[in-house]
Amino acid sequence: MKLYRTWAVARKEYLHIIRDPRSLGMGIVIPVILLLLFGYALSLDVDNVPTVVWDQSESQVSRDFLSGFQGSPYFSIVKFVHGYGEVDRAINSAEALAALIIPRDFAQLIEAGRAAPVQLIVDGSDSDTADTAIGYAETVAQSFSQQVAVREVQRKTGRTLDLPLDYRPRTWYNEDMESKNYIVPGLIAVIMMVIAALLTSLTIAREWERGTMEQLISTPVKGPELILGKLFPYFTIGMFDVLLAVLMGEFLFDVPLRGSVPLLFGMAAVFLVGALSLGILISVVTKSQLLASQLAMVLTFLPSFLLSGFMYAISNMPQPIQIITYVIPATYFVSLLKGIYLKGVGLEVMAIQAGLLGAFGVVMVILANDKFKKKLE
Amino acid sequence: MNSVEKNSNETAVVVQDLERRFGSFIAVNRVSFEVKKGEIFGFLGPNGAGKSTTIRMLIGVLAPTDGVGTVAGFDIRTQAEEIKKHIGYMSQKFSLYDDLTVSENIDFYSGIYRIDPARKKARKEWVIEMAGLEHHRHSRTAILSGGWKQRLALGCAILHEPPVIFLDEPTSGVDPVSRRQFWDLIYELSGKGVTVFVTTHYMDEAEYCDRLGLIYRGELIAAGTPETLKTELMQEDVLEVICERPQDAMGEIEQIEGIKEVALFGKGLHVVVEETERAVAAISDLLQRRGYAVTRVEGIVPSLEDVFVSLIEARDRAEQPQQEVKR
Repeated sequence: MKLYRTWAVARKEYLHIIRDPRSLGMGIVIPVILLLLFGYALSLDVDNVPTVVWDQSESQVSRDFLSGFQGSPYFSIVKFVHGYGEVDRAINSAEALAALIIPRDFAQLIEAGRAAPVQLIVDGSDSDTADTAIGYAETVAQSFSQQVAVREVQRKTGRTLDLPLDYRPRTWYNEDMESKNYIVPGLIAVIMMVIAALLTSLTIAREWERGTMEQLISTPVKGPELILGKLFPYFTIGMFDVLLAVLMGEFLFDVPLRGSVPLLFGMAAVFLVGALSLGILISVVTKSQLLASQLAMVLTFLPSFLLSGFMYAISNMPQPIQIITYVIPATYFVSLLKGIYLKGVGLEVMAIQAGLLGAFGVVMVILANDKFKKKLE
Repeated sequence: MNSVEKNSNETAVVVQDLERRFGSFIAVNRVSFEVKKGEIFGFLGPNGAGKSTTIRMLIGVLAPTDGVGTVAGFDIRTQAEEIKKHIGYMSQKFSLYDDLTVSENIDFYSGIYRIDPARKKARKEWVIEMAGLEHHRHSRTAILSGGWKQRLALGCAILHEPPVIFLDEPTSGVDPVSRRQFWDLIYELSGKGVTVFVTTHYMDEAEYCDRLGLIYRGELIAAGTPETLKTELMQEDVLEVICERPQDAMGEIEQIEGIKEVALFGKGLHVVVEETERAVAAISDLLQRRGYAVTRVEGIVPSLEDVFVSLIEARDRAEQPQQEVKR
């Protein structure tokens, strides 16, 4: 292994990159676009659910009840309607996702100390939003019930009443429950995985296709010198992408970065070596640019996107799928990034993930070197 | 002591019973030859004869299926990486990087061959001058003409001054002037003691070689100096016929008994015959009777092309009966 030769390969590869706007675009522009696209579009937050109201009671009591919805950030009352026909139309036309129906005798029943039925209709064609809306509405209804009950007791007994339970939920690491806070760190992992593998998947195959590899393998250059030399410039691009992503997270998406920045970049470096080597391995095995890029896409994009715990919690997946997630390297990087970003924890609690990420890198480097042969077939 | 080991002081390449199969296809079939140090050895054969396959085995990028050999004193089976340090190779396809400049391509190979920093600059200037690229050192290789590319590729392949160089059809697709210049370079290198192993299918280029090997369908069917091949290997005689309307005359001559082949060659015809004297009389007689003005009918030393075609046809005739039996 001679650094001199590795350096010659790295310099040549760097020239290829800067001469080819497409590879530069793929390496830098696409990750930024993906981050912008997913960072903004991929919000899992449910707020301002458009709601129509059919208030048949039209009383002070019903208005009190509705003020609970009006004051909530989760609902936005778009219209007052009169009749099921209008409710139907509003939901069908997607003007509203929810409808609240208050019966004519609402005030009378409450005043009489009896249970008043209130109907919530939600659009189940978007079941996640429907679920969340039902949950929020329950909270509003519950708190209204409590107020009424407390007032009633006060009126009857003449003294204030404390509720037996004082329930105070708190969401650690993401107090405002903003989905971008956990999407953006995970997104960095997924994008890096896809871009890194895609970039290097072309390099070796291109030399085979253009016939330059036949010349190279007739020289004394060694496999590891060639592979390391090819990794180097792409590693630089990858780290630059990580820097861009972290800066975007900080200044554009306002994602809190609570942990150690050097640790974040260190882990990104380890992950990149693995992902880039995976690309090289694919390139070495396929010897065709088209096949290599497709394979790189299939092997990285869907697994990283769906099974890494980036979007869907691994603990909610069926057992066999959970087992698969353990062999997806992005899984470890996603949990490391979320840990560093949101929890501010370090290797003291994430040593296993870091170790497995390292193992992934080592295995990929060894495999890529092993599969590369300075022979024709 | 076997023949591969002998004379390793005088031979640059020795192979014995070299064979390469691809599945059931035999690309190179038990080929044996030697190339002496400092010699220009031409490997002549039609496309698909096994020239490139042989070269690839010699330079250590393709494993032979069978047979033994050494290149620059190293075993082609076990010391491929040593061979690669002592040879220069120019593949058939242009193998430099189109998107890099002349200067960058040279620097890259200079790095790969680990040229001593003290000599690096001198070697680079030598390549640029040799290829005539003084005014194009910062041009992208893609814009260079075929001749320039060829000389640059040769320069990059011999930056490290290897004692043996392998050129696989170096002049295919290059204009005649550039071909001539390229061969001047080969002579220059040979004059310095470099062994040159070159494949070609141009007959005129074959004449420039010190010795030739003729390969056909994976088999070495003849080897020797161009002189030996022309005077000793051909069983038939060759006549040159120069007359009016040679194309029409071809058809007439073919009818004569004892005529094996008639082909257009330059201004006239080359006629392959069993025996010179009788054929000269018969052809002169016939052409005069049919009213062709005849300038010349006489026996000549066959060209390499005549020899090559005759050897190939003899080989095909020998194989045909076998094939018919197989069917």
